[in-house]
Amino acid sequence: MISFEMPDEIRERVDLVRGVARELMRPAAREFDEREHEIPWDFVTRMWDLSLKTGQSFRSGTRRDGAGVAAQALVHVIETLSWGDAGIYLCGPGAGLGGAAIEATGTAEQKQRFLTRYREGPPKWACMAMTEPHCGSDTAAIRTTAVRDGESWVLNGEKIFVTTGHKALVDSEGLMVVWATIDPAAGRAGMKPFVVEAGTPGVRVTKLERKMGIRASDTASVVLENCRIPAANLLGSAEVSDPRKGFKGAMATFDATRPSVAASALGIARATVELLKELLALQGIEVRYDRPRHLLTAIERDLLDMETQLRAAWLLTLKAAWMMDKGLPNTLESSMCKVKAGDVVTRVTQKGVELMGPLGYSRELPFEKWMRDAKINDLFEGTGQINRLVIARRILGYSSRELK
Amino acid sequence: MFGFEPSDEQKTLVKSVRRFAARELRPLAHDSDERGELPGALLESAAPLALLPASLPEAYGGFGQRSAVTGALFAEELAWGDLSGALALLAPGLVALPVLLAGTEAQKHELLPAFCGEGYVPASAALLEPRADFDPRVLQARARRVSGGYVLEGTKCNVPFAAEAEWMLVYASVEGESRAFLVRRGTDGLHVGEREQNMGLRALPLYKVELRGCVVSSALCLGGEGGGVEAVLGASRVALAALAVGQARAAYDYALDYAKSRVAFGEAIAQRQAIAFMLAEMATEIEAARLLVWEAAWTLDQGADGTRECLLAKTFADEMVLAATDRAVQILGGHGYIRDHPVEMWLRNGRAFAVMEGIAIV
Repeated sequence: MISFEMPDEIRERVDLVRGVARELMRPAAREFDEREHEIPWDFVTRMWDLSLKTGQSFRSGTRRDGAGVAAQALVHVIETLSWGDAGIYLCGPGAGLGGAAIEATGTAEQKQRFLTRYREGPPKWACMAMTEPHCGSDTAAIRTTAVRDGESWVLNGEKIFVTTGHKALVDSEGLMVVWATIDPAAGRAGMKPFVVEAGTPGVRVTKLERKMGIRASDTASVVLENCRIPAANLLGSAEVSDPRKGFKGAMATFDATRPSVAASALGIARATVELLKELLALQGIEVRYDRPRHLLTAIERDLLDMETQLRAAWLLTLKAAWMMDKGLPNTLESSMCKVKAGDVVTRVTQKGVELMGPLGYSRELPFEKWMRDAKINDLFEGTGQINRLVIARRILGYSSRELK
Repeated sequence: MFGFEPSDEQKTLVKSVRRFAARELRPLAHDSDERGELPGALLESAAPLALLPASLPEAYGGFGQRSAVTGALFAEELAWGDLSGALALLAPGLVALPVLLAGTEAQKHELLPAFCGEGYVPASAALLEPRADFDPRVLQARARRVSGGYVLEGTKCNVPFAAEAEWMLVYASVEGESRAFLVRRGTDGLHVGEREQNMGLRALPLYKVELRGCVVSSALCLGGEGGGVEAVLGASRVALAALAVGQARAAYDYALDYAKSRVAFGEAIAQRQAIAFMLAEMATEIEAARLLVWEAAWTLDQGADGTRECLLAKTFADEMVLAATDRAVQILGGHGYIRDHPVEMWLRNGRAFAVMEGIAIV
């Protein structure tokens, strides 16, 4: 069936977080942007309580729920939270990207062992470490190594750009999923995900990046020095025979999380369009959908274009999430929505600054902040270019060798 | 629940229309464009698809129910085959569907059964006017009230099958409000002008129409005294946006195949990011447009006000189809400019969308 009717399960979950976005996020947005890296505890506590009380995660939704709408509900929730503030949203407690990696690659026992903590006790975070100083998009080139030693794996290497790394490893009893190679000669096949729990000797957060936007969110550098973890912390199997298996796990993680990134992007875009319309309306500028196109001013056309692009990107995002809920492979759709949302939020927020003129550029209004926050969505979890590459390979049926 | 998958019934239908588009429409497209006309047999050959009867209820001679979503799926497939052919095959709906959507009971009983037979029933709509600032809600054609009816005055353009149509739905302003009138062939004051020569859609017979003191009775005002055309305009926008998706998909499919087979510098040009990324963006934009079309159509099927959704879908699709067909020409390079390949025709056809309204409805 083709239908655009929002199910009650989703509506209820959105209602739960809308108040949080309005009361705890939007009014605190500027403050936490300027205080960079400070934890917004009011928000964290409220979200943690909400997830404990409802038994729902507001950070990752790869687990199937009874209604079969977990991923669709999640993109709605994230869009709403990000409308409140994207930086604070990224501080939200829960299993997040690390959890998504565990869901995508771990065994049932591992999911139980690592994820139960996100349903009890004080707030906790999880992060995922992939990027290294010398490699970003080329994930197969990672140099962090994992060497088997008896009943342990010993990890060595340096990871950067670990979102919520500090919160996961220092501020809470959380964990980090770290990608390392168990056979540097095997390329992608040697790439494996390992769980490093907070407090493990040999893991250190060495730096927090100072960023253009999403400043409330911590982006950590993590050094692993003879970091010894139990053998059972290798997610999935240690088999290297399947040349694509290790890398596949990383990609499966992104299939699940790219719609979330797109949703976060579109929350910022909606915030921009809404406030822009509100402020412009005070000056008598309004989009009337039944107005002859030739009578629209340039600004009205811009607004109409922003709304159109925003809706297009949102429907792509919703479809990618719907496919995940249906258990359908969604690599193509996940990358499509990520590309589109990254483009749209970048354009919409830049236009937002432009249309408000000097007011848009001023830190008294949120437009400049939204523009700074927006840009990350075209960069992390696959740049716009990497996602175009993913789409192109899919539609052309090319391998990474055939289309570099 | 959200759903992004056509029903089984819709899938079966799409499959048969897709086959028809590939076997009947596509092979004729090039010659039809060159000759400036569609073979008469083509229009008859679509009868088994039962485009209209499947949308009309039994009470009026059909066997189905109108669904804008199904219609949009249908339109996309037809346009993939050939846009001129698609518009020709959908033309009977220019009268039948507005009557179904907004007509009076008497109008439905009088007109609809004729569209449920085996043969192709030429019908037409005259909405567009030859001016840069055209808008369907601000028409220059006027309908003046007189005793027992209306007198129509004005100039219309891009009127498909105007010369052959048994019925033509003429849109005109009644005291500033857009209304529609069912005008029968041969009515006094209805003058069908020269066949128009356009950049694209060359196979589709489009005419200029002059209304000079054309008298129609009140009974032929669509929906009677209080009848409006908002629902019709919305459904028309969805139809055109769906056709745009089909046209863009045709160009994308062709360019993708070409890019995989054309070798330059020792490998297929599709293996270069400059080409591959264009295709990736085309695929993304086409999919986005399709989803906007589905949402707008679904909104109409709910009986809700879909003004905004229909506008968004058409606004997006208008730009998307132009960009996609242009990219297809670009990917073929110089070959794309040569009429032996269909992509230049598709670019010419694709340009029509942003300037057209009301020439299709689902």
